[in-house]
Amino acid sequence: MNGPQEAGRSCDAWPKVEMTGLDTVWFYVAGTLCNLRCTHCFISCSPDNRSHGMMTLQEMHPYLDEAERLGVREYYLTGGEPFLNREILPILEATLRQGPATVLTNGLFLDQLTCRKLRAIADASDYSLDIRVSLDGWGPEDHDRIRGSGTFHRAVNGIRALAEHRFLPIVTVTEAAEGVGGIDGRTRFLELLLSVGLSRPRIKILPLWRIGAEAGRARGYESWERLSSDATTPEGLAALQCSSGRAVTTRGVYVCPILIDEPGARLGARLEETLRPFGLSYGACHTCYVSGVTCRT
Amino acid sequence: MSSIPAALFPRRAAFFGGVYSNSHALEEAIRDARRRGAEALFCLGDLGGFGPHPGRVPAILREHRVTVVQGNYEDSVGHDRPDCQCGYTDPRDNRFAQIAYDYTLLNTPASCKSWYRSLVRTLRIEMGGRRLLLCHGSPRRQNEFLWRSTSPVPFLERLLRDYEADVILCTHTGLHWGRTLPSGGQVINVGALGRPANDGRTNVWYALLSVGAAYEAAGPAPLAVEFVPVAYDHERLAREMRREMLPEEFVETILTGWWTTCLEVLPAREREAGRF
Repeated sequence: MNGPQEAGRSCDAWPKVEMTGLDTVWFYVAGTLCNLRCTHCFISCSPDNRSHGMMTLQEMHPYLDEAERLGVREYYLTGGEPFLNREILPILEATLRQGPATVLTNGLFLDQLTCRKLRAIADASDYSLDIRVSLDGWGPEDHDRIRGSGTFHRAVNGIRALAEHRFLPIVTVTEAAEGVGGIDGRTRFLELLLSVGLSRPRIKILPLWRIGAEAGRARGYESWERLSSDATTPEGLAALQCSSGRAVTTRGVYVCPILIDEPGARLGARLEETLRPFGLSYGACHTCYVSGVTCRT
Repeated sequence: MSSIPAALFPRRAAFFGGVYSNSHALEEAIRDARRRGAEALFCLGDLGGFGPHPGRVPAILREHRVTVVQGNYEDSVGHDRPDCQCGYTDPRDNRFAQIAYDYTLLNTPASCKSWYRSLVRTLRIEMGGRRLLLCHGSPRRQNEFLWRSTSPVPFLERLLRDYEADVILCTHTGLHWGRTLPSGGQVINVGALGRPANDGRTNVWYALLSVGAAYEAAGPAPLAVEFVPVAYDHERLAREMRREMLPEEFVETILTGWWTTCLEVLPAREREAGRF
């Protein structure tokens, strides 16, 4: 249960987040296509999920032009798995001409040649390039259970290849790795990353959004997991990423990168027409507000 | 316009950022700026944190008539808030930030706290017909980090448009940089006097802005920007920090020029340039 109707309230009853200005644009460059079928994926990406398609560079240009006019500060390239997109490197070059970029990947395509090309693209830009790689546990027994057999070692090899090319990848870990949110869990994770060759490990911990595949793996949202106006503050609402970001897929512009499977979260076809308040009616909104998380780096 | 003090229309002015209780660097920077002909001196906030004896820097600033914009540190210390509001996200960074803040809060005289509360968050001045907006982090948020590699041209043009300025001056990151934009606007992060610029050198930096010689004939034009390195007695500062039992990690930064703490907020580009 994620949507507003299911929770039995009209959309006017939800707290609204104001759009303060477009700082961040997410591009679903791989749509919902992925080489993996992770059991906790909040949009159920897989090799055969084509509900959002692969974006071409040509399709991205109008959005990049619009983002430039609107003074966007940063860009994220995600999916699905971005490196499935054959144009990912030209897309990255075009994005980095305009501003800093972060690519979110499962790390399986990060071989020496790709990392060398990424290094050249990063060095040619005036702006920062971050690569975020997902790990879901301290070893194959945790990670592969969620992401598939053999994926832990391949992801670690990708992380090593990045480090060999002077990148400082951010390793993203979800709370599916039990205990990772605590001090001990974090310390263990840092030790793991040091042991695989990251001399300056960087970590981002994300909560689980109980939608998509994750709703089946663990559980979906309960009806009480909704926000109400009397339980939110203006400061808390202003800190949400939907106050300053939008997500672009082949199907249009969405309020955030989490809710692209919700028809009510599609706000328009162009960025400019989506810069309006949004009612926080979804279970996922509850997770963002309560955990204080942002998908940004 | 004639009612505005002459100091708000300087032809050459020095801008200091992030002093972090480094009184020795501040005194040296003031001497240097005066020697270079600065008619006005400005400080963009974060007077305390990191270094020893937080009562010294406010006294020096007032003695030398430096105009001060409030940083997040002054807001926090002035209001006895529980933390510095620097905006760190990493547990280790927050632990060290809290040590610096607790020490600063405990050792800041009450008279300074009331002064901190009275400081303005932004200040507008004019130089060579250009409208300057002085702030701590950014015009829109006191603790926003404007790093060079994550502050693209379209975004900076938007800030200048939204805040009706030709030049924005800020600090907060501790790293100095400047961009002159296609519109002719300028955004300048003046850097920090409190600790080195994570480049393996022990000097610190400030920014000196000058009106071009052609201004009278040709009208407003981008201001000349010079980032000035300041050498000071950093070993003396390190000795004082140790006497005050401040973390050895902080002392190491002063003695080596490499940042050892508060690193997780750095974008990839700036982090790659450092040692840790």
